[in-house]
Amino acid sequence: MEDFKPTQMNKKYFTPVVIGLAVLALNGLMFLLARFIFGIGAVTNLDDQHPWGIWIGLDVAAGVALAAGGFTTAALGHIMHKDQYHAIIRPALLTAALGYTFVAVSVMIDLGRYYFIWHPLIMWNGSSVLFEVGICVIIYLAVLYIEFLPIVCERFIGRVKLPGFLKSLNNPIDKVLRILDKGLEKTMFIFIIAGVVLSCLHQSSLGTLMVIAGPKMHPLWQTPILPLLFLLSAISVGLPMVIFESLITSRSFNLKPEMHILSNLGSMVAPLLGIYLAFKIGDMVIRQTFVYLTEFNASSVMFTVELLFGVIIPLRMFMSQQVNKSPLGLIIASFLVIFGVFLNRLNNFLVAYTPPYEVHSYFPSVGEISVTVGFIAFEILLFRIAVMIFPIVSVANTSAPRTKYSIRGGAQ
Amino acid sequence: MANHTRRDFLKTAALVGTAVTGLSSKTKAAPKNILSEDRMGMLVDTTVCIGCRKCEWTCKTTHDLETPSIETYDDRSVFKERRRPNSKALTVVNEYQNPDEEKFPINVKVQCMHCDHPACVSACIVGAFSKEENGSVIWDTDKCIGCRYCMVACPFQVPAFEFEKALKPDIKKCDFCFERTKEGKIPACSEICPVEAITYGIREDLIKAAQQKIKNYPNRYINRIYGEYEVGGTSWLYLASKEFEKLDFPKLGKDPAPGVSEAIQHGIFAYFVPPVALYALLGGVMWINKNKKKSENEEM
Repeated sequence: MEDFKPTQMNKKYFTPVVIGLAVLALNGLMFLLARFIFGIGAVTNLDDQHPWGIWIGLDVAAGVALAAGGFTTAALGHIMHKDQYHAIIRPALLTAALGYTFVAVSVMIDLGRYYFIWHPLIMWNGSSVLFEVGICVIIYLAVLYIEFLPIVCERFIGRVKLPGFLKSLNNPIDKVLRILDKGLEKTMFIFIIAGVVLSCLHQSSLGTLMVIAGPKMHPLWQTPILPLLFLLSAISVGLPMVIFESLITSRSFNLKPEMHILSNLGSMVAPLLGIYLAFKIGDMVIRQTFVYLTEFNASSVMFTVELLFGVIIPLRMFMSQQVNKSPLGLIIASFLVIFGVFLNRLNNFLVAYTPPYEVHSYFPSVGEISVTVGFIAFEILLFRIAVMIFPIVSVANTSAPRTKYSIRGGAQ
Repeated sequence: MANHTRRDFLKTAALVGTAVTGLSSKTKAAPKNILSEDRMGMLVDTTVCIGCRKCEWTCKTTHDLETPSIETYDDRSVFKERRRPNSKALTVVNEYQNPDEEKFPINVKVQCMHCDHPACVSACIVGAFSKEENGSVIWDTDKCIGCRYCMVACPFQVPAFEFEKALKPDIKKCDFCFERTKEGKIPACSEICPVEAITYGIREDLIKAAQQKIKNYPNRYINRIYGEYEVGGTSWLYLASKEFEKLDFPKLGKDPAPGVSEAIQHGIFAYFVPPVALYALLGGVMWINKNKKKSENEEM
């Protein structure tokens, strides 16, 4: 078996795609600026009927779900101790750290009083689901950064070279990194377990969030087992997200895809998706909500698309050995799962939400879409920067330069 | 990650455990939700209301909201469309056709219902909402972060938000004239109403009075007090001559609005047992797998 080692990517940063993404990111920033100057109402289509739009339904709800690769791979690699998967832990960790950072930023821009974002830290409401989600996300974000620190240590210990007048800081910083490295090596397992527990908590609570909307939510989605469905779907989207990202990264940096790992991951997706599907269908049968599928409207169409293209088709694909062995098959199947969870969050938070006195339905404004697209573009740009600075992506050992320090969490 | 001993593991795991359980005692700092026996209420008799909209005017002046002069409120053309309370008007009156007597349309005043078990109080991330002893559900501007979860939660679609403000946008809704009642005055709308369609009093007494009215005039009222049981009861109560759902009242069950959501939330966090148990379980699995790997390596 080839030996894989995380290595910094060494390539030109700017490509046509990167420039395109930068333009989208800048466009989003312009609308963001307008939001801070003129208020939420000026940039979004939100009103008293529709208090939450895509900034919460997509950026936050779908963002949290799609960052689930972080905790699923941590559970697989560290807790189940399947060492062969260590090559995918770092990219998943980076995605999660970036993803959750943008979740926090998205919450902030959506808050009417963003400058009071720290209030929940000292003003507690134990019965509020949102409070629980908020606190969990804040702690988990901190945990993700801590989990990332060893990579920073590995990259910079003995190589801190600040320019100019900052030179005198080189030694102290190096010392701090060494202390951190030592301390984290012994305690990292605390954070890894905490990360998984916190993820399970807030991934499920994100589902509980809409339960309080009660009859305002379409019965196809409104169910007391929403937290369970959210948790199960988050777990089943974690690995497809990692597979998708790994294949895209390989393509973008001209690397050989780590097919031996990805095929094994792919074969794990089907059972997870199956469990999710079983609960989703079971819930529909028990609550007899399938009657709403005989109507033809936005809700029934969206529900069918979500279930068929987002769960059933990729489930069938992941069950096939042929798909699991081909990069293209894996990319398509993974994308469908991601699309399905994305659509599920959109449906739960926006499509299903019908206020009792609805005069017109909600559709996101140009500003809202620009900011959301801009954030996604920005995230990809930061991912590319990060894999060029830090040893994240694993490449076959032959071409990799030897790193001075043993890689924690890497193959030992 | 690699070389920690079993003792290290247990020691730190125990430390984390105590830290987490220590936290749980503090989360009791939930917002106020007092259900006093003699909390106040308001009885709106929609068969009496004449749609003069004086209550709209006095509500605005009482709450420092911009309003045209009181004479402009005589204009009945506003009834052409159904209005909702918003950030500029905390209460509005709507008009409905009366199938029995066309000359006497039905007017319905709309505002916050002041639930006994409010969804907004349960939902608010910082506990900015509270149910006060006198029955009013009020909002604290010093806590609010503008997340608008109260609006998602409210079954009556009442809280409004100042979307147009870039700085310090408020949540706006009827506060049951909390500042006035504190000084012993009665709510402004009840005070100004020329036909006494809005009666302020102890909720229990109002229910008895409403039941008496229904008993005395069975032809005038349908046999139902809206708000007596809806979402576990509301401080504002309504009497009407025809089905409430036809007057745009939402059809709601008797369970408190936050019901299931709080049960799930408190189930997942029952004294922090489930999270701590999950932590312990994962720790155990991790430790076993690690040892297994080690012994495999030694055998090789």
